[in-house]
Amino acid sequence: MENLFWFLTSFVALLFIIGLYALLATRNLLRILIGMEILTKGVTLLLIAAGFLAGRQNAMQPIVITMIVVEVVIIAVAAGIVIASYRNNKTISVRALRNLKG
Amino acid sequence: MITLYIALPLAVVLLLNLSPRRTANALSLWCGLVLTVFAGAYTLAMPHVPGLADAFDPANRVLQWKIEAGNLAGVMFLSIALVVFSAFWVGRYLIADSNRRFIFNNLLLLCMTGMNGIVLSNDLFTLYVFLEVVAASSFILIALERTNAGLEGAFKYVLLSAVATVLVLSSMALIFVLVGSLDYGTVKAVLTSGQLDAATSRFVTFAIGLFVVGLFIKGGMVPFHGWLPDAYSSAPTASSVLLGGIVTKAAGVFTLIQLAQNVFGWDKPSPVLLAVGTLSIAVGAFAALGQRNFKRMLAYSSISQIGYIIIGLGAANEVAVVGAILHLFNHSTFKTLLFVNSAAVEKQAGTVDMDKLGGLANKMPVTGFTSVLAMLSTAGVPPLSGFWSKLLIVLGVWLSGAHAVAVTAILLSVVTLAYFLSMQRRVFFGRLAPGLEGVKEAGGWLLVPEIVLAVITLGLGLTMPWFFNTFLVPLRSLWSL
Amino acid sequence: MLSLGTILLILLVLMVLSALWAVMATDLLRSTIALALTSVFLAIAIYMMGAPLAAVFELSVCAGLITVVFISAISMIKPEGNTRKEDLARKRRKRLKKYIPLPILLAVAGVLLWLNRVDLPFTPDADVFPLTLSEIMWDVRRVDIAGQAVMILVGVFGIVVLFKEFVRRGKGGEE
Repeated sequence: MENLFWFLTSFVALLFIIGLYALLATRNLLRILIGMEILTKGVTLLLIAAGFLAGRQNAMQPIVITMIVVEVVIIAVAAGIVIASYRNNKTISVRALRNLKG
Repeated sequence: MITLYIALPLAVVLLLNLSPRRTANALSLWCGLVLTVFAGAYTLAMPHVPGLADAFDPANRVLQWKIEAGNLAGVMFLSIALVVFSAFWVGRYLIADSNRRFIFNNLLLLCMTGMNGIVLSNDLFTLYVFLEVVAASSFILIALERTNAGLEGAFKYVLLSAVATVLVLSSMALIFVLVGSLDYGTVKAVLTSGQLDAATSRFVTFAIGLFVVGLFIKGGMVPFHGWLPDAYSSAPTASSVLLGGIVTKAAGVFTLIQLAQNVFGWDKPSPVLLAVGTLSIAVGAFAALGQRNFKRMLAYSSISQIGYIIIGLGAANEVAVVGAILHLFNHSTFKTLLFVNSAAVEKQAGTVDMDKLGGLANKMPVTGFTSVLAMLSTAGVPPLSGFWSKLLIVLGVWLSGAHAVAVTAILLSVVTLAYFLSMQRRVFFGRLAPGLEGVKEAGGWLLVPEIVLAVITLGLGLTMPWFFNTFLVPLRSLWSL
Repeated sequence: MLSLGTILLILLVLMVLSALWAVMATDLLRSTIALALTSVFLAIAIYMMGAPLAAVFELSVCAGLITVVFISAISMIKPEGNTRKEDLARKRRKRLKKYIPLPILLAVAGVLLWLNRVDLPFTPDADVFPLTLSEIMWDVRRVDIAGQAVMILVGVFGIVVLFKEFVRRGKGGEE
């Protein structure tokens, strides 16, 4: 594999496309979270690839570990918001959350 | 003792949650108030170059945290302490349920820890961690009452913030490939070494571009401002005080100033920043004109005022940047004051719909007077503090050669005056709206922050000539041309 | 023996396919499982790229904990609408129509990326890095650990605020 950088970033780009498509196409709040998760997967891969290419995986590992922990908290809070919204509206469609305008 | 800016709020939160619940409920407010007053006083007493004091920091010798604070940090610590202080009073006033108020107070302290961490970090990844702390605590603060509007505002913020995070982290990965480290100093040394060939420079520009777009989203700059009015206006008013007063400024604007100076090494006027700033001023001001909701109007006004800070940064000369930093501080005082006033109006009159309000100035003299003060300061009327910062910004932008931007900024200042006058007329002046006969002045819990913030707005404006030497001249050293 | 590049290629293709499945599956539960599978493939790829500790975290936290979060969220949410067979089939067709551009888009993007390869404009300086993992983790990144602690506290409060009342109400039956 002569061009490892492009090889790895191509897969990151594909993951970003899937994630963004998921964010834009769906009306289901939980599926939006899944889209966010896929974007995060892409970033994880990109960071690890950066560590690998720079030959400094030792410096990158703590970064990725911290990032994973931080993202879990974000996802948990976001899931909490979805649950609370479901409790109010009995639906997890985005339409329940589309009233603020102006 | 800059370690304390992170360690102390964290320790207070831990102690509060370990102590018996009933004591903790009562204590949380006072602990928070004492802590913020201490943080403010300590910042004021801090020597001008805190980085030097760092070596003698006993707490840091034990904990060995790699953090540092420049001159700019002092301004930020002061704003953070001031806004969080005000938010504590507003929370005490507006949130009736004592358990929920306890959670609110804890989240305020955690958010404060996060913002202090943003100010103190000297590594891109540490910056990211604290940015996320601030973002996550803001989501919860917005959704605190679990109204539909609050949840919607919070979810939009979650979504946009996730996109911003992806951009920021991707940029970090690209920088890491080049530099092999994310430390501010090391990255700056490589990026500004002048030895990069053309292709590498393009690579660097791309990476920095991703980062800056991420920060634009976090700061609610114009092409990416959609989430901000929703989040601000749908949040419980006590949370809006914190969000509108400081959060986007710490997470977006301050970070941008800090990175432009410490990491990207920008020293030339930047057309992108000037364009985004001008656009933010214009869109924010005109959108604010058309609002009926008091809090929503304040949110659009925030976008507009942050635009001034951005053009100051974009002009990249010391006058403009000092003006931008001063405006950052000023904006956090008078916008917090206006949000506190909106809290008073909401509680006393029961609505923030400006069509249903009117003539409150006689019923609420302190709130009415302080909001006139804050509004004149926002619009840049002398001799209030907002006048000086806008003067410096416009002067700096003019000096940098972007005459059109400077003139536009002055003209749009008139629009600011227009929408605030319309707000004053609809809320505080004119005939008393029907149904508001029984309205009284807000209680003491709100008068304290109102008066403190108003005194700062007025006092800073009147004593600005003195501050030029003690406050602004040290700041100039940040930006060597 | 397969080379590292070939193994990575297989793993990453599998990862992208399972991510695609996670987005396109009709059933939310299957989406979640596909998401976990994406994490598993990613974790193995991370391991192959010389970051075993990060791979463990990806596996346990992303494939494990996040799946738990998602499944508990799904279990709190009752399925919407009726689940008659023809409705389900119609729903599936509708979803397929909405998501069919995605694989096409991916294929096009993949081909374009393959044809327009861009090399890094510089050679990363891959010297032997002087610091060990634990030195980095506990000396250089000590503030991050504090930041993580703050983040976890925030998460605890988030769960208290956003989930708590639901449990109480759940005990009392419907509504």
